[in-house]
Amino acid sequence: MVSDKIFKRIETPLFNKEICKLKAGDEVLLSGVIYTLRDQAHFRMVELINKGKTLPICLRNQIIYYAGPTPAKKHVIGSCGPTTSSRMDSFTPALLKAGLKGMIGKGTRSSEVVRMIKRYSAVYFIAPGGAGAYLSFKVRKCSIAAFKDLGPEAIYELEVKDFPLIVGVDARGKNIYERMTKFK
Amino acid sequence: MSKRREIETLEIEKIVEKLCLKSNIILRADVLRALKKVCKNETKNPVAKKMLQLLVDNAKIAEKEKIAICQDTGLVTVFIEMGDKVIIRGGNIVDAVNKGVKEAYQKGYFRKSIVIDPIYRVNTGTNTPCIVHLDVVKGNKCKIIVMPKGFGSENKGRISMMNPTSSIETIEQFCVETVKIAGPDACPPYVIGIGLGGTMDFAALLSKRALLRPINLYNSSKHIAKMEKSLEKKINDLKIGIMGLGGISTVLGVNIETASTHIAGLPVAVSISCHALRSASAEI
Repeated sequence: MVSDKIFKRIETPLFNKEICKLKAGDEVLLSGVIYTLRDQAHFRMVELINKGKTLPICLRNQIIYYAGPTPAKKHVIGSCGPTTSSRMDSFTPALLKAGLKGMIGKGTRSSEVVRMIKRYSAVYFIAPGGAGAYLSFKVRKCSIAAFKDLGPEAIYELEVKDFPLIVGVDARGKNIYERMTKFK
Repeated sequence: MSKRREIETLEIEKIVEKLCLKSNIILRADVLRALKKVCKNETKNPVAKKMLQLLVDNAKIAEKEKIAICQDTGLVTVFIEMGDKVIIRGGNIVDAVNKGVKEAYQKGYFRKSIVIDPIYRVNTGTNTPCIVHLDVVKGNKCKIIVMPKGFGSENKGRISMMNPTSSIETIEQFCVETVKIAGPDACPPYVIGIGLGGTMDFAALLSKRALLRPINLYNSSKHIAKMEKSLEKKINDLKIGIMGLGGISTVLGVNIETASTHIAGLPVAVSISCHALRSASAEI
């Protein structure tokens, strides 16, 4: 099994003091409550923000996870790895403005999102994609928090313990994928 | 000459169900072997090595707990190669395939990821309809291949209708560029399926079929096998690596399938698969 000696441990809710200590490339173990949020839930949240309505979950100092888990079998949740982050890029600035501090996903972010992460002192983590079975055992509790009608795309509240992550973009705007921007 | 044979749709339904369960829970042997190999050979990038080991562990956990390898249990494509001496009894074969998929996704606790309409996007709740490709071959057997594919990687596929005079270099350049654009977003190490020839739609189908061939086997035509090897090297030289961490693990294999085509064209389709390349087959 994977050794966890060199990981930094962090907990939710996430505050600037801890965020400032995180550097792009750091290996992190995350514990606490996080919320799944993917395509359609992003769409609805940003629509609510634009209309000035109350959100079904409070984003202040929270971390969202771009994921849509499989249903629970014996454990509290099924497979639950990350989905591609770049699909959420256009929605991200509005959520950061609403107080969001962290995002977990896989892959690159737009330069606009990286700029916004820096402006709002937030952080973007990458999780190991395609390791959903492994990650499911890092989840202790799971319940639906909002948008139940969206099925796998609903907002789930997850309580995680030692969830393994790597800092992708830190609060200084440093990006581990900088070497890859030349590809785009 | 083989004799005529009757196959009940119920049998097809049961086999599709079994193959959906198997492919989503047990990682293909050739893929697991390739992952273990690249994990062993990754010596210079400790974080990448650790993450590759995690994927090997993930496959073990999924098999032991009988849960999905990846939460994106995909849109299911079913390839049926039906002998010309086979008579289907008991109903419609496509309905039977869809029933099998629906059963498996319920019993397997797999994610239901299919929406009925690309614009209205209401989830069907069954992970159906699936995509069915039916081919008629000689004989009295029926081969069924099931491939659930997640959309993180599916979204990164590309097609180019090239000139018939295009060089191998140009074809390869397009394929490498497709992986460059995907970057780390689609879960590398990738398996790349390439379709050359046919029409636009058929090249895309070939690129999917290419993913069904074990990744340790090269194309039986020498000039195509040469391209597969050349592309494997060029793509690994991008050094994207698992999670975009760099290192040696950008691609596990490149498979190319070809078909006859028109004097005026050279369709090139590239399908990208994540490292959780899933498929299973059975013959009735």
